[in-house]
Amino acid sequence: MKFTRRVMMTAAAAMVAFSGAAQADGHQVLEELHFLIPGGAGGGWDGTARGTGEALTGAGIVGTASYENMSGGGGGVAIAHLIENADSMGNTMMVNSTPIVIRSLTGVFPQSFRDLTLVAGTIGDYAALVVGADSEIQDMAGLVAAYEADAGAFAIGGGSVPGGMDHLVAAMAMQAADQDPTGFSYVAYDAGGAAMAALLSGEIQALSTGFSEAVALAQQGEVRIIGVTAADRVDTFADAPTMMEQGLDVEFVNWRGFFAAPGLDDATVESMRAAIAAMYDTPEWEEVRARNGWVNIHNPGADFEAFLEAQEQQIGDLMRTLGFL
Amino acid sequence: MLEGLMIGLSTAINPFNLMMVVFGCIIGTFIGMLPGLGPMSIIAIMIPVAITLGDPTAALILLAGVYYGAIFGGSTSSILLNAPGVAGTVATSFDGYPMAQKGMAGKALTIAAVSSFAGGTIGAILLMVFAPMLSSVALLFHSAEYFALMVVGLSAIAAFAGTGQVGKALMMTLLGLIMATVGEGAQFNMPRFTMGLMDLQSGFSFITLAMAMFALPEAIFLVMNPARSAQGSDGASGGKITNLRFSREEGRKMIPVIGRQSVQGFFIGVLPGAGATIASFLGYAVERNIAPKGEQEEFGKGSIKGLAAPETANNAACTGSFVPLLTLGIPGSGTTAILLGALIALNVTPGPRLMTDEPQVFWAVIISMYIGNLVLLILNLPLIPYIAKILAIPRNYLIPFILFFTLMGAYIGQNNSTELLILVGFGVVATILRFADYPLAPLLIGFILGTMLEDNLSRSMQLAQGFGFIFDRPMALGLLILAAVLVLLPSYRARRAAKRAEGVADGD
Repeated sequence: MKFTRRVMMTAAAAMVAFSGAAQADGHQVLEELHFLIPGGAGGGWDGTARGTGEALTGAGIVGTASYENMSGGGGGVAIAHLIENADSMGNTMMVNSTPIVIRSLTGVFPQSFRDLTLVAGTIGDYAALVVGADSEIQDMAGLVAAYEADAGAFAIGGGSVPGGMDHLVAAMAMQAADQDPTGFSYVAYDAGGAAMAALLSGEIQALSTGFSEAVALAQQGEVRIIGVTAADRVDTFADAPTMMEQGLDVEFVNWRGFFAAPGLDDATVESMRAAIAAMYDTPEWEEVRARNGWVNIHNPGADFEAFLEAQEQQIGDLMRTLGFL
Repeated sequence: MLEGLMIGLSTAINPFNLMMVVFGCIIGTFIGMLPGLGPMSIIAIMIPVAITLGDPTAALILLAGVYYGAIFGGSTSSILLNAPGVAGTVATSFDGYPMAQKGMAGKALTIAAVSSFAGGTIGAILLMVFAPMLSSVALLFHSAEYFALMVVGLSAIAAFAGTGQVGKALMMTLLGLIMATVGEGAQFNMPRFTMGLMDLQSGFSFITLAMAMFALPEAIFLVMNPARSAQGSDGASGGKITNLRFSREEGRKMIPVIGRQSVQGFFIGVLPGAGATIASFLGYAVERNIAPKGEQEEFGKGSIKGLAAPETANNAACTGSFVPLLTLGIPGSGTTAILLGALIALNVTPGPRLMTDEPQVFWAVIISMYIGNLVLLILNLPLIPYIAKILAIPRNYLIPFILFFTLMGAYIGQNNSTELLILVGFGVVATILRFADYPLAPLLIGFILGTMLEDNLSRSMQLAQGFGFIFDRPMALGLLILAAVLVLLPSYRARRAAKRAEGVADGD
């Protein structure tokens, strides 16, 4: 059964190329769109869904957009809801991001992205390692040296649970620097803000966080970004060096994207993809994107599947090394 | 500073911005009365509106109005219906609701409004004068100190350990702490104690538990006991609200409480990760412990001080939480995190340079706080008699109203119908516990503080590789000793008083 579904999905993805181009001429593509948000109001998922909806309706690509917050189970409740009520979810898109890959790997929820219809990955944020502005650590080499000098007094913090995204990024960097990725102490905070406060108060020596979050504080001169997980320097803050240029082979994107109910008819999925594809060229989207500091990373249909599978491989390997799987 | 103040004043006091603050206060107050919609959700809802205003100052003024309105609205449901919609107003219901039951709903609301106003305004003054200096204070606390602070907060339960109830109060606290461990903690990447239920994966939600522990049993008691009324026998007979104002003597009692709690609450609010909830519990605990013997027994039964303390502290802490937000760009609470998002969307990046780069924004925020507080007081004082009239509604309408309110509160935050089952299940358990005379407030305090207590303890232990942090960090040790004193002092006093009485009887 799984096999047939995947075949269908690939077929559906292949068809986008045709109809997508035909419809992306600025006219209304969808009459209505319902956004299912697996977290509460004000979170990252919420902002992504509402921002996308704002741009789509503002540009006239979608007639009306509605939003529904359904938190619980780290997103699992909304995923289950989408699958169980698939028949009545014809115009629903659920927003999600990297944690859907991590959480289905750890088995926090039984489903994975393969149980859903992949619409498109839309935006992303790179990860970054930062230190306080007055820290002696200047770059990734300095970070590794500080760890080697006194591992007991060295800790990297982050806003996710052990085994979560922030921890994995720090472990990837350590692994790339030929260190034992399980050796260093990772301290988990329940939110990015609390972790940032801990960095500035000196409780932790370095912080693993989202690039856009780090940029705001780096511009204020409070922190120094010592390594970004992008392939090349990011325009919004070109002062920040990448890990690649420091000889560490670490590339990572925390993507955000949209999923639809399983078994959704091809025509609807295609028009959803077409709507998103058309959105990128509108000034409305550019305004929303710039306001939020998002990076456009468009992965429609089959590309999205390939991307997710690669990320699942990357994260899965690392989690096995770290002993989380 | 005077110059900055003038810039702020001149931007804030234009008709459009004043209109925004009034508009924000009204929306905040009314939506804030609904449990389930705390300041965080209301601000999130209002952000698109604020952003379309385009002007960061006007947007901030609007959001500040919404924020203060929501906090005040939250106390209203705590006082009138024993239904605290936000963790920060749980302590308000401890004495506010008993007052309302004695027929003093109007007075309780007035006290809440006045203490909120005082806490918010004094907080704003402290923010204005000390903000730049305080950014270092915000970074003074490590996880060890936060852990110790949570322990001090837990000592608030001593207030509920009345005679012979110590054991029961401790048991309830423990139960609350245990319930806080359900779900995924910040330290574990696997769910705990969820019995495989996805709905429990994020743990129990605060609002559901608060409704189940406080509001639902109250409604059930009202149904079972026809003689009991939400407003007490005297108030219900005429259906009119007497006693709207507090007397001069009562005012004199409140002043020192408000003074102390504005400062204490503000400083707790400055710490990112502490916030209004801890401030309100600590305020309540401290005021109870330093109150004279006679007044101490009033706490939990409708004490004026017991209502003024958490209300003042909670508002002062909300203002204090702007310090790390504005001076460091670090949000200390969920609400300030959302505000930070709004600021960045408006092209204002808070941080150490905000005061020099964009002084008009910084000062406008502070002025908008003054104005927000003032407008709120002016708007609400005349409205209080009408709001308090809710309790004069006949029982057969009031009870369904409370039930509806309670169920909606539990559902609205999560959009998950399982919350309703959890609510009813715990509501029944809570009612049984109340019959057996177990205090339920300690359970809720344990639950609220439990997560933060656990996270900070495990972080401290991880960093110190054991319990060494208690002795390595003198401030943490000091706070832990303070907590021990706060818990032990009342029983020591009671024992000494008993011994003295005994001595007299023996003819000593």
